[in-house]
Amino acid sequence: MQGMMEVFKKELADDFTRWRFLILFAIAFAVAIFAIYMDAQYIKLAVSDTRFVFLKLYTTSGEESLPLFIMFFVFFLPIIGVSLGFDAINSEKNSGTLSRLMSQSIYRDAVINGKFLAGMVTIAVMLASVVLVVGGVGLRLIGIPPSAEETMRLIFFIIVGVVYGSFWLGLAILFSIFLNRVATSALASIAMWIFFIFLFAIPMFADLGGTASYIMMQVSPIALFWESATVLLVPSARTMAQMLNVSMSTASPFLPTSALSIGQSLLTVWPHIVSMIALTAICFAISYIKFMREEIRST
Amino acid sequence: MNSQPLIETKNLTKKYGEKVVVDKLNLSIAEGERFGFLGPNGAGKTTTILMLLGLTQPSSGTANIAGFNCTREPLKVKRITGYVPERLGFYEELSAYYNLAYTARLNGLPEAQVSKRVTSALEEVGLIKTAEQQVGQFSAGMKQRLGIADILVKEPKLAILDEPTSGIDPKGVHQLLELIDKIAKERNMTIIMCSHQLKQVQQICTRVGIMQKGKIVVEGGVEDLGRQAFSGGKFRIEVKLTEITSAVIEAIRKIAGVVNVERSEDTLVVTAQTDLRPQIAKAVVDSNGLLVQMNIQSYALEDIYLKYSEGQ
Repeated sequence: MQGMMEVFKKELADDFTRWRFLILFAIAFAVAIFAIYMDAQYIKLAVSDTRFVFLKLYTTSGEESLPLFIMFFVFFLPIIGVSLGFDAINSEKNSGTLSRLMSQSIYRDAVINGKFLAGMVTIAVMLASVVLVVGGVGLRLIGIPPSAEETMRLIFFIIVGVVYGSFWLGLAILFSIFLNRVATSALASIAMWIFFIFLFAIPMFADLGGTASYIMMQVSPIALFWESATVLLVPSARTMAQMLNVSMSTASPFLPTSALSIGQSLLTVWPHIVSMIALTAICFAISYIKFMREEIRST
Repeated sequence: MNSQPLIETKNLTKKYGEKVVVDKLNLSIAEGERFGFLGPNGAGKTTTILMLLGLTQPSSGTANIAGFNCTREPLKVKRITGYVPERLGFYEELSAYYNLAYTARLNGLPEAQVSKRVTSALEEVGLIKTAEQQVGQFSAGMKQRLGIADILVKEPKLAILDEPTSGIDPKGVHQLLELIDKIAKERNMTIIMCSHQLKQVQQICTRVGIMQKGKIVVEGGVEDLGRQAFSGGKFRIEVKLTEITSAVIEAIRKIAGVVNVERSEDTLVVTAQTDLRPQIAKAVVDSNGLLVQMNIQSYALEDIYLKYSEGQ
């Protein structure tokens, strides 16, 4: 892939020096610190089972409330993905750099691929560093090192988070190819984000019955990530599908709450991950088709 | 020199919906030639260039550069072609040096050569002192020169310049044209320059094609074009007399080299091959006319251009 690595290196350097990145990074760190503060308040109450204490750092935020850390990334990763991609192509088009770029001897997909890869690495660095900060401070707080399984679960959480963020990045790049104005493509991406939040939140507002809300959850990447992150970080959690299965197949709906092994957890979230990758691939396919045939004019 | 032209288009056509923008263009440019592409806005110059670079697909017909098909093998074409687009854009927040180094790296230049190539290109266009400055702080003229440096980095066989002088002050235009002229001569680079600034094309190019509504209406050397357009008369001499008599007209007509004499009120308009003012003065005096004033104009490309534009 001639040119892709060069585009990648330049975009990565750009991503890391942009103001929007620095602001989002600062917010992510602030939330991480806040999460640890919450942990300090509640972790002693929350720990009844001595297994997976370390993971509790990421999932505790007061008794019986939603895990703040996961919830934050469910809503925040899309913003990171969108902010890295919403002006990928159209700003270059508007500033006239695209026609200069495309007149070099590189393939057109090298530009999209390079930009996508750079954004993905940026998301990975951001997510990993926040997870490590929480882990590092938490380690001092509770004094219990993570077990091998907990470490694996955290690594998989980061991977799933990167896949989730990359979907939003791909969606934002798609809009930046189709819409020539930067503000329009940013708005379109944000609108999609709100739309998916809406799909995710419907079961909370309206009683559509189990199956309907289940379908909603299958198409909304927000729900997909929410479930897979929870299953990965809370070993005793179950997915919606599993709960539905149990309640439909047995006379007395009883769901075991014992912890799953990491293999079982991964098996549970595998369809979620595949769905997210498939959604990203759809965005990419449409981007390719549009961009390959497009006329690159400087005015 | 290779007998096969560097650039060759065969019935190259581009349509946007029903509108034909480039109409069955057959163009052939030899290596080392400097071709000026003239024409009003919307004549299809830029579209033709985009098709040459594979940046847009032709509706029908083919274009070849150095034997490579521009639509199917754009990478090979772009490796030997430098392009300065009409609205030239650089990454404003990055330094001039970085912008050029990026171009060099995109073209697969080994890292060891990047610095050398970029430095010498910046030196050539006189921007070496501002190499580390952000391009956003550059003036329009500096940006255009950076655009020239940008193609020098690639060391191309062919340079395509689309309206290189738009938006620059006269001094900058002068500098830029001298730069292009120097570079082209030193490196024997083939050049295609698009413009509607006729004098500039005249200064740089050896051959000119005038484009009108997607077609090249006339093509040839600047001198040839004049002859084609004005049936031989390259000079236009206005002779003002106190009184015009038929004897004077006859006398002027007899001078060798005079193509035509026309009368308009109290002046005679003489079209001639060469500057015949002394002979005309003598003829007037010999036939007892009283000469008031005599003006001479040589037909510039502008007149040729206007003549063809009006004809449409």
